[in-house]
Amino acid sequence: MQIVISGLAVGCVYGLIALGFVLIYKATETVNFAQGELMMIGAYFAYTMAELWHWPFLLSVLLAILATALVGAAIERVLLRPIEGEPTIAVIMVTLAIGMIARGVASAMPGWGTDTHHLRVPYQGGLVDLFQARLSMEHIVIVCSTAGLCLALFYFFRAAKLGLAMRAVSQNQLAAYYIGIPVSGTNARVWALSGGIAAVAGILMAPITFVHINMGSVGVMAIPAAVIGGFGSIPGAVAGGLILGLCESLAGLYLPEGFKDAAPHVLVLLVLMIKPSGLFADQIRKKV
Amino acid sequence: MSTVPMLALRNIEASYGPVTAIRGVSLEVPPGVIVALLGANGAGKTSILKAISGILKPTKGSIQLAGLRVDGLSPERIVNAGVAHAPEGREIFPLLTVHENLRLGAYIRADSEVAKDIDAAYSYFPELRQRARDMAGQLSGGQQQMLSIARSLLIQPKLLLLDEPSLGLSPRLTEEIVAIITRINREHGTTILLVEQNARIALRTASYAYVMEVGRIVLEGSSETLSEHQDVKEYYLGIKADSVRGEKRWKRRKSWN
Repeated sequence: MQIVISGLAVGCVYGLIALGFVLIYKATETVNFAQGELMMIGAYFAYTMAELWHWPFLLSVLLAILATALVGAAIERVLLRPIEGEPTIAVIMVTLAIGMIARGVASAMPGWGTDTHHLRVPYQGGLVDLFQARLSMEHIVIVCSTAGLCLALFYFFRAAKLGLAMRAVSQNQLAAYYIGIPVSGTNARVWALSGGIAAVAGILMAPITFVHINMGSVGVMAIPAAVIGGFGSIPGAVAGGLILGLCESLAGLYLPEGFKDAAPHVLVLLVLMIKPSGLFADQIRKKV
Repeated sequence: MSTVPMLALRNIEASYGPVTAIRGVSLEVPPGVIVALLGANGAGKTSILKAISGILKPTKGSIQLAGLRVDGLSPERIVNAGVAHAPEGREIFPLLTVHENLRLGAYIRADSEVAKDIDAAYSYFPELRQRARDMAGQLSGGQQQMLSIARSLLIQPKLLLLDEPSLGLSPRLTEEIVAIITRINREHGTTILLVEQNARIALRTASYAYVMEVGRIVLEGSSETLSEHQDVKEYYLGIKADSVRGEKRWKRRKSWN
């Protein structure tokens, strides 16, 4: 049970980062390799406000999410909009570079550096007994926050005008122009949303992995999560993350040492062999 | 015409990369009127509509909407200025429901009348009401065409650009769409620029028409005049002329060449 919950918790973080990937990919057909770094930045923002400036924890978290969202929007506006329409590889290089630069800048920041930092959270170290299992508060908070965030996103994309507009732009950009949706502005908001979600993932992850400049490397796991879910499916991304997290922790328990890191990737290969479009691919393609 | 035209194009030129699509087109649409733009495939009709709605930037000339220049503005600014474009083909959002597609049609609006107007759109196209909760991608071609027109109505446009509304529709559906276009014009006083390959339909629906060939306007006139024009009859309406001298069709030059 503990294993399952901790697997799910890690899976939630993978899922959240994958969600950010998929949002950006669907809207702009850009694969953002800096998603993990956005998460790192979010965690650092929260750490700076809560630990270095001693601001209240919740306020710090909220402001860190907002600030990371702004960073996301700024990346779209300043770095990606000018190269709109350039070959995919150019865009990918730009996002890779953003990731590297973000890590470099973070290690040079006073107070950040290359050390491992501790973000103290109010629920630190708490344990809850549930169904004869001892669960850590950190894991429970991760699972609950992710569930809440997913519900909110579900509602946002279903009912809110901006959410609908984001889906519309991702499905048919030309038609979006025809009805007066500001396509570039909407894309910037998608980046902002994606940055905010990454920050949530980073802050949730902080009590477990601590805050350091390489925490963004879990972003590498988010790509397989998105692939398993069927790149382009929002619920699929979260489900893919959960599956990977579970698979990882179960492999760590039952399989010999070393398989823990390999197992998720084996799973990706299997899924791609059996169902190349992913488990939750959107059913209808645009008719030509 | 003494009134300011709803739409006026002056010497518009536009191209896709090296390919020139429009070569110096001027046309006017007076307010409250249906004007048709006729021409074969590749004549540049769709390019003109794209230039008006800001998707294709004209390289020369000016476009005025009710006296205000709109060429060079972004597509969303032009929509906000009151131009709605119902594109040809199936430019809908396939993975959104019919209802969501219509809601997005009112994206630029912030008033509380939207629900009422969606209802009005459904009453124009009752078939859409029945399928309101279905994904738009599952609709038939004709229904997608209706959705595209219905969605553009929700912009509450002053000027409606309709691109080939009859394309790929059965004769019965075409009749329905034509009736609806006429109703929209009559009931809301919406100015309409109708692009059509089907000259018979265009001349029946519109009161004035322009004929386009390879990027130029070659002929214009009231629908009655054009319907009687020898070459329009022969090349666009398919009515064979009784030539006195028994000239062969392919030897004759069109009067505008």
